[in-house]
Amino acid sequence: MFFWQLVVSGLSIGSLYALVALGIVLLYRTSRVLNFAHGDMSMISTMVAYSLLTVAGVAFGPAAVLTLAAGFALGALFYFFVLRPVKEATLLGQIITTAGFSLVLSGLAVVVWGADTKVLPFPLSRAVVYRIAGVSVNQVALGSFAVAVVAMLGLYVLVQKTRFGLAMRAVSQNDVAARVLGIPVRRVFAVTWGVSATLGAIAGMLLAPVTLVNPSMMFDPFLKGFAGAVLGGLDSLPGAIVGSLIIGVAENLFGGYVSTSLRTTVAFLIIIAVLLVRPEGLFGHKFMRRV
Amino acid sequence: MQLIQKYEEEMALVRGWAGWMGVALLAVALLGAPWLLRGYQLYIANIIGIKIIVAIGLNLLVGYTGQISLGHVGFVAIGAYAATHFVTALERAAFFQWLGGPFWVALLVGGASAAVFGVLVGLPALRLEGPYLSIVTLGFGLAVQQILINWPAVSGGRIGLFVPTPRIGPWWLDTDRSLYFLVWTSVVLLSLVAFNLTRSHVGRAFVALRDSDIAAEVTGVNLRYYKTLAFAVSAFYAGFGGALEAYVIQYLEPTMFNLYESIYYLAMVVVGGLGTIPGSMFGATLLSLLQFGLSRAQEYLPVVYGAVVILVMAIEPLGLYGRWLKIKLWSKTWPL
Repeated sequence: MFFWQLVVSGLSIGSLYALVALGIVLLYRTSRVLNFAHGDMSMISTMVAYSLLTVAGVAFGPAAVLTLAAGFALGALFYFFVLRPVKEATLLGQIITTAGFSLVLSGLAVVVWGADTKVLPFPLSRAVVYRIAGVSVNQVALGSFAVAVVAMLGLYVLVQKTRFGLAMRAVSQNDVAARVLGIPVRRVFAVTWGVSATLGAIAGMLLAPVTLVNPSMMFDPFLKGFAGAVLGGLDSLPGAIVGSLIIGVAENLFGGYVSTSLRTTVAFLIIIAVLLVRPEGLFGHKFMRRV
Repeated sequence: MQLIQKYEEEMALVRGWAGWMGVALLAVALLGAPWLLRGYQLYIANIIGIKIIVAIGLNLLVGYTGQISLGHVGFVAIGAYAATHFVTALERAAFFQWLGGPFWVALLVGGASAAVFGVLVGLPALRLEGPYLSIVTLGFGLAVQQILINWPAVSGGRIGLFVPTPRIGPWWLDTDRSLYFLVWTSVVLLSLVAFNLTRSHVGRAFVALRDSDIAAEVTGVNLRYYKTLAFAVSAFYAGFGGALEAYVIQYLEPTMFNLYESIYYLAMVVVGGLGTIPGSMFGATLLSLLQFGLSRAQEYLPVVYGAVVILVMAIEPLGLYGRWLKIKLWSKTWPL
């Protein structure tokens, strides 16, 4: 029973890692950029949510919607004002640019909101515990799992069933050809950045009851999401979900049975072992190159 | 414009009278610095020297060989702790007591133990590339830090680890000025090694496998050997820098070796210019000075630091050294 308890709570935290991972994979698929500012963008969105809820006194529903909009705007603005000007930079240069943006955002958060830890007023409570088939689940874990699943379904519909999703997939396959065919590539990139940051904002708000709100709250979840994305294969959206769930369950099992202090190390050891067997991740496409 | 007639002239480390003038100026500046600078400024100079060593090593890996490392600080930590424990252990041995522990050997031990780990991290690099390699190196850096935090026997637990003062016989290297000579001699020697490495067949092999590993392999470059060699050399530089850092700061604790440090090192290399050794020196100097210059306004440091990195990438994707090359070219053809 202890085992299943650990698995269930691992799935719950893993679904939040999956939201982070989906944002990373979505961007990587379309623009081949690894966004190291992803965690800090989510953190800023969560800070906005905190301000809306406590300072401005907005109700939770409208505040959540406004937060997601703020996240979207942050992502799109980053694309237009930071990443486009450095288009000429190499891949590593772009990674460094996002890392620089991450420093700017975490620094701004300290300057604007302060480095202290805050509590986000959240409508669900961790004290309310349901027992399902002998496994106890608290309200926050259940709620965040449900929201994460809804967000994933929404992303699936957006990417696979809409005209815009078709354009996104076209751009990710070949952006020059997509431009020739009349797809507004820049707009697609900007919206992709926005959607990715929105997913991050959802993850940040759902993580707030667990990690509390402070400038480094997304550091660990970002690393886990990144790890999950790599484990699943960086160009596969289902892979990101599966990889993150594996990370969540594995680190929870290790924490439950062996020790909690080396959890992150073990998560990364698993990834290294998997990558040695499958260098392209569990669901990724094999590297192919013309010579 | 000078005429190059022989292959040796093309390959020469220092070219023409302008080059020799530059070397002479640099030598005067380096030798004069310990008498012009005071106390804390010398400490800053030492830290800059250490950052230059690590940045050059990282550039050999990232800029020349094209392998990403996001956990370079792990190697720095291994070098620092290995050297410290080596010296502490030897100090207890009666034979070495009057020597004060051969600290120069400890520097090499720090570098060598990091290089061993470099080979270990280099092995997965044979199968992985791009973002997949970056997560492995990132994991390595985090794992080193977490293991140090959870292993008090090595890291000294909550108290941290104090580093014994190095000495040569009766001379104690206990001032920033005496350490300056140790640090900057190492910087000069290791830069010379790096310059020579990059213009030898090893450097050409690195560049070849960066530009196209398949083409390099077809033309007879042993991929396995040179990729792991690149990791080993780069880790050696990091470990050596870590050992020096231990002597300069005289205190070690695991939180000094966090992920942000790795990103700072990478930023130095990229801002300075990938694949150029002078670039790494520029980058390391500029970004370290920025860090110290902003020490009064500590809370604005990340914002300014990040903004500078973004600005350099936006204005000059080739880094500072690329801009310097453009200026040089412009001055050569002036007034055209």
